[in-house]
Amino acid sequence: MDGLIKFPESWTLDIATPIDAGIKTISRQFAGFFDGVNAFISFFLNLAQDILFLIPWWVLILVVMAGGYLAIRRIGSAISYGAMVLIIGLFGYWDLMVYTLSIVFVSVVFALVIGLPYGILMAENKKVEHFSLVILDAMQTMPSWVYLIPAVSFFGLGRVPAVFATLIYALPPVVRLTSHAVLHVDKETLEAAKSFGTTKIQSLIQVKLPQAAPTILTGVNQTTMMAVAMVVTSSMIGAKGLGTEVLIAINRLEVGRGFEAGLSIVFIAIVMDRLTQGLAKSLPYNQTRKA
Amino acid sequence: MPVKIEVKQVSKIFGSKGSKVLETLGNQFDKQEVMQRTGHVVGVHDATFSVNTGEIFVIIGLSGSGKSTLIRCLNLLHRPTAGSIEIDGEDICEYSRDQLRDLRRKKIAMVFQNFALLPHKNVIDNVSFGLRVRGESRPDSRQKALKMIEMVGLAGYENEPIQSLSGGMKQRVGLARALANDPEILLMDEAFSALDPIVRRDMQYELLNLQQKLQKTIVFITHDIQEAFKIGDRVAIMKDSKIVQVGTPEEILTSPANEYVERFITGVDKTQVLSVKSIMHLPGCLVQLRDGPKLALQEMRMNGVSSAFVMDQALRFKGIVNLQDTLQAIKDKQPLESILVHEVIEVEPSTTVSDLVPLAQKSPYPIAVTENGRLLGIVTKSAILGSLA
Repeated sequence: MDGLIKFPESWTLDIATPIDAGIKTISRQFAGFFDGVNAFISFFLNLAQDILFLIPWWVLILVVMAGGYLAIRRIGSAISYGAMVLIIGLFGYWDLMVYTLSIVFVSVVFALVIGLPYGILMAENKKVEHFSLVILDAMQTMPSWVYLIPAVSFFGLGRVPAVFATLIYALPPVVRLTSHAVLHVDKETLEAAKSFGTTKIQSLIQVKLPQAAPTILTGVNQTTMMAVAMVVTSSMIGAKGLGTEVLIAINRLEVGRGFEAGLSIVFIAIVMDRLTQGLAKSLPYNQTRKA
Repeated sequence: MPVKIEVKQVSKIFGSKGSKVLETLGNQFDKQEVMQRTGHVVGVHDATFSVNTGEIFVIIGLSGSGKSTLIRCLNLLHRPTAGSIEIDGEDICEYSRDQLRDLRRKKIAMVFQNFALLPHKNVIDNVSFGLRVRGESRPDSRQKALKMIEMVGLAGYENEPIQSLSGGMKQRVGLARALANDPEILLMDEAFSALDPIVRRDMQYELLNLQQKLQKTIVFITHDIQEAFKIGDRVAIMKDSKIVQVGTPEEILTSPANEYVERFITGVDKTQVLSVKSIMHLPGCLVQLRDGPKLALQEMRMNGVSSAFVMDQALRFKGIVNLQDTLQAIKDKQPLESILVHEVIEVEPSTTVSDLVPLAQKSPYPIAVTENGRLLGIVTKSAILGSLA
């Protein structure tokens, strides 16, 4: 009787063990491969860091202000973005900010390199779309911490697994929005292009992508925001940055320190968000501008 | 005129099992019922017609009648489920992908109802789109595009963004884009339907004007019967996916194929379309010049009229004699020639009735319809009034 009401304890499905075994095998079998990837990602991380450290601090602030002005077209907003970066410096977090930014940049660039073509492929191919949607749903609903575990198994601790986990977490928006944008280009203009004898590639490059660009850039913006959010989480696996400070503050119950570090992350998020949104607005044609 | 496009028994059924559904369709079917029974939409059923080189062929029908589907079959934007479409004697349904692309790039171009311009490009880049697509160099295509922009009356606007243009101007760009490829065939899908009435009239005039110069083969879709009769050399009327009647506007007006066509054409200002040929009749009272006034009087009496039309031996129209003058001539023993009234208005058989109305007001006599001097018939005032009704 009991078995009809309570879920029978003898019924079990264990996929944890095989997954563990699988991951272990993969990380052992392909150790060479992962070392290669590790070196590859490290190279870009170091490059980003070096460049960011090479730029004098006041130039970086000026660049942020200039970018902010181009994006929003308001002097006040531009100055406030510059001020945010300055405040991060005043908190004493300039170096940590650079570490964080370099992880964000590298993750976003990788996400775009993978996500943009994949989104286009998804839009053009119904079969790819069907199975990808399921995977994308899973990627977006899976708690972000879960990605940290295989990342560590493959790459150990540090910045590289952080990039790996951030990449997976930040990938879905750009894929989704790229695919959506390309699929929902005005049907009549596509028909018109076809009636002039365009090839598939011509139609994609000359008609679909320019019209899809604003939505695609919204995807880029979303992906960047996700990456900023994930970078904090990934400090748990030893990626040095602003997240590390938050983690330390939690452990020591230092409210003030946590607040400073947290605020710095918020500032970075705001500045990145406005700058990437400005990118979309700077396009010659923008659907959102249509009255 | 040689045939340019030959459409034979073309059907288009939308859905995965189109050809199977087509087999089950009889000659009579209800689109709604087919939709519910099979989930397939009948776009076009068994359309057969031909378009001659250099003519404007109009396909007219209410929305949902299949006219837009049919025109999209002509450049295979929709592939027919059955039937064949021959352009210059070649069945384009048999074309390979490359051949089809070539056809679209060189021979056939289309103008769309909602313009379908590329919003991220300016006027000149839109107009040169087709040229760039087929691989012409940038300077070449810009030069051709500029010429087209000028031709459609948009000179000076070439660098304007598309969004800044009015509807009429946008469609001029659409027309220029289609013409830039110098196609032999122009497909126009409700090209003027989205424009307001005054702009639409201008564009109709512009199209006829351009056609004078360019002599393209044009297939034009509309739901406006006035527009169809105004610009069409021949018109096909569609109803429920089928073509009901094909003919010149005049043929359709004078002998509508069925009640539907009749209802469709009510409200049309027929005088714009009807020529005098269709309302003229042979004069009952016809005399030759060598006949004397006595014979003329007898003819008038027999027909119960007060005037007679006079011809010479070669049947050339000479004039009219009226009853009073004839009686006088009999008394004075004068020949008919001396009492001929020459102020009779003569018109060509192709004159439209609307042009006839002001003429008829000026003359007390019926109007003579002549061709190279030969009398073909006469138009009485009552006939004109009758055609206006």
